Amino acid sequence: MITSRKQDIILAGVGGQGILSIAFVIDNAALREGFNVKQAEVHGMAQRGGAVQSHLRLSRDAIHSDLIPKGAADLVLSVEPLEALRYLDYLRPGGRVVSSSTPFINIPDYPKLEAVLGRIREIPGSLVLDSEALAKEAGTSKAQNTVILGAAASFLAVAEESLLEYIKVLFAPRGDKVLGANLRAFELGRKAAG
Amino acid sequence: MTKEILLGDEAAALGAVHAGLSSGYSYPGTPASEIMEYLIRISGGGTKFTADWSVNEKTAFEEALGASYAGQRALVSMKHVGLNVAADPFMSAALTGANGGLLAIVADDPGMHSSQNEQDSRFYAQFAQIPCFEPANHQEAYDMAREAYDLSERWGVPVMLRMVTRLSHSRGGVVTREGRPKNPIRLGDRTCWTLLPINARSRFQRLLDLQPEFGRYADASPFNSLDLNPGDRRLGIIASGIGVNYVRENIEGSAAAPSVLKIGTYPIPEGLVRRLVAHVETVLVIEEGAPLIERSLKGLFGIPGKTLTGKLSGHLPLAGELSPESVRKALALPALERMSCPEFELAGRPPQLCVGCPHADTFRALNEALKGRSGATVFSDIGCYTLGWFPPFNAIDTCVCMGASIGMAKGASEAGVHPAVAVIGDSTFGHSGITALLSAASFKARMVVVILDNCTVAMTGGQPSFATGDRLLRIIEGVGVPRDRIRVITPLPKFHEENVRILAEEIDAPGLSVIVAVRECLEEARKKAKR
Ligand code: SF4
Repeated sequence: MITSRKQDIILAGVGGQGILSIAFVIDNAALREGFNVKQAEVHGMAQRGGAVQSHLRLSRDAIHSDLIPKGAADLVLSVEPLEALRYLDYLRPGGRVVSSSTPFINIPDYPKLEAVLGRIREIPGSLVLDSEALAKEAGTSKAQNTVILGAAASFLAVAEESLLEYIKVLFAPRGDKVLGANLRAFELGRKAAG
Repeated sequence: MTKEILLGDEAAALGAVHAGLSSGYSYPGTPASEIMEYLIRISGGGTKFTADWSVNEKTAFEEALGASYAGQRALVSMKHVGLNVAADPFMSAALTGANGGLLAIVADDPGMHSSQNEQDSRFYAQFAQIPCFEPANHQEAYDMAREAYDLSERWGVPVMLRMVTRLSHSRGGVVTREGRPKNPIRLGDRTCWTLLPINARSRFQRLLDLQPEFGRYADASPFNSLDLNPGDRRLGIIASGIGVNYVRENIEGSAAAPSVLKIGTYPIPEGLVRRLVAHVETVLVIEEGAPLIERSLKGLFGIPGKTLTGKLSGHLPLAGELSPESVRKALALPALERMSCPEFELAGRPPQLCVGCPHADTFRALNEALKGRSGATVFSDIGCYTLGWFPPFNAIDTCVCMGASIGMAKGASEAGVHPAVAVIGDSTFGHSGITALLSAASFKARMVVVILDNCTVAMTGGQPSFATGDRLLRIIEGVGVPRDRIRVITPLPKFHEENVRILAEEIDAPGLSVIVAVRECLEEARKKAKR
């Protein structure tokens, strides 16, 4: 966790990868800690396997725009490497990227993976991790979003306990197995971030 | 008083509920679907109030109008193009007026994230000469819904609440109030509600007579506010709805200190606009959607002695939605410093059919059945299957509006196109396809209609479809399609050859055929399995 009066985060991925679940957890954790929250999300057509992103804004002060201005984002969290690149122009100087290295290839012209990953690694302070392997280790490849959340935890303006609390709120209704896998996924992501 | 985090759509819906809502109706459509989804979720299974999906927006509007006639507070919600479908009752409801409060929540989709066009519903409110609210944030969406019901009942007119995608689909905090009780039943006056010319003329005059009052309200409304900077007369901004957020986002912490008129209700608050314009040299108008305010300020001759800027002047783009960046540029502020990133060629990632989607199998069969038939045209419609336009399918040639496929196929067939194929989903067929099929059957048009019955409204998240399964087959027969020309196929790879054969047979046959491809949407099946 870091201390900050405000934080602007772009969450990125492909429709169906659970971007909105990450948003739910950070949103509610932030609310619990007394932040104002705005979170713009994508519904409708793009959710069918298209590029999706969510603009998540936390602030101790009033938040005006639902969209993060280009050049204001502190963080880009992405469950997919190509999708991480799509939003780099939102980052402020000194902003950070936490991204999965696992490509989601559902388009014919997906660029060379090495080039994509290389490009992310050029960003100072960027973190690229194999979310698929870690999620599988945790028990389900579906928990890649939670791995990324865990990896980002130390860069977020909300406490880890708050995140964990809302991971429980989100996944407990889906049964102990799913919840357990997501708690492990969070932990593995956190450790992988070092 | 509690604070909740809600989608903009949900905030507006909850405002209506707390205002004493009795009945809500809607047809799904992005970005408005979440209004009814939420109402259904909190309706206690219909025990607290009625909240239901309708067959289309026109029906939904009329159902709400019936509840209003009965003295109840009623809501109808839809996406912008849905109001085209409901325009007939919408326009005349301005004359019947509302007995119980009647609120139409219409969500526009500037930028066409999930729509076939951009249109600005504020024009409809202006056209019908009824009041319109345009929230800037979640709290306003909630508060305005309540205020809208008060006005609707004070003046006896329907009121519009205009949402836009960015607010509909953004979450934010809302402080809620104590709810108030519903209205008792109190029937409308038959003279007001029977729009025979003799009654309609006096009802129209009444609407015209109310206009000055609407104007006075707008000038005094707490949702419109004028902030004049006495120390700087250079720039005045008129910003409506969420446009004002982008202004505040950009001028906060900058040296700019323009005067700002925030507009949240219509008709345009004339008095406030005059005061702002008198105070400044240059006026910049920032509004989400079409330049409605800007155009009315500009008129034919502009404002003598003042400079008027906005979308018409090219300071902001006419197409697409506003952004913090486009507004920043219009404010002549330097762009924010960004992390410097070398260019990288990004591949686009358009939406696509789910792997294993039944539509994919239908399209593969249809493509094969049409192979080598030059001039074959597939008129399609609105739903997940519109994604069949993309490779690898390239299976459809048109998508215009709900239900257009069948009428267009008939028109094209009569103009000499062969084969003319219409492809339409079950819910879209129920919405606007039935009447067109009645017409095609009556004229025995030479065409094939393929109805994709996936048992749900898939694109918008799986709302119930009313024209599915056995009822769908009975409707098709009922409008006059001969029984032996109604064929049912199962779009699965193992039936591919058979499906191609059936499609080809019907394409070659004279007159009208309907082929129903039945297989449940995978997303829906998955959801059911989870339950
Ligand atoms: S949601 Fe259903 S109908 Fe839509 S693409 Fe997926 S499987 Fe097909």
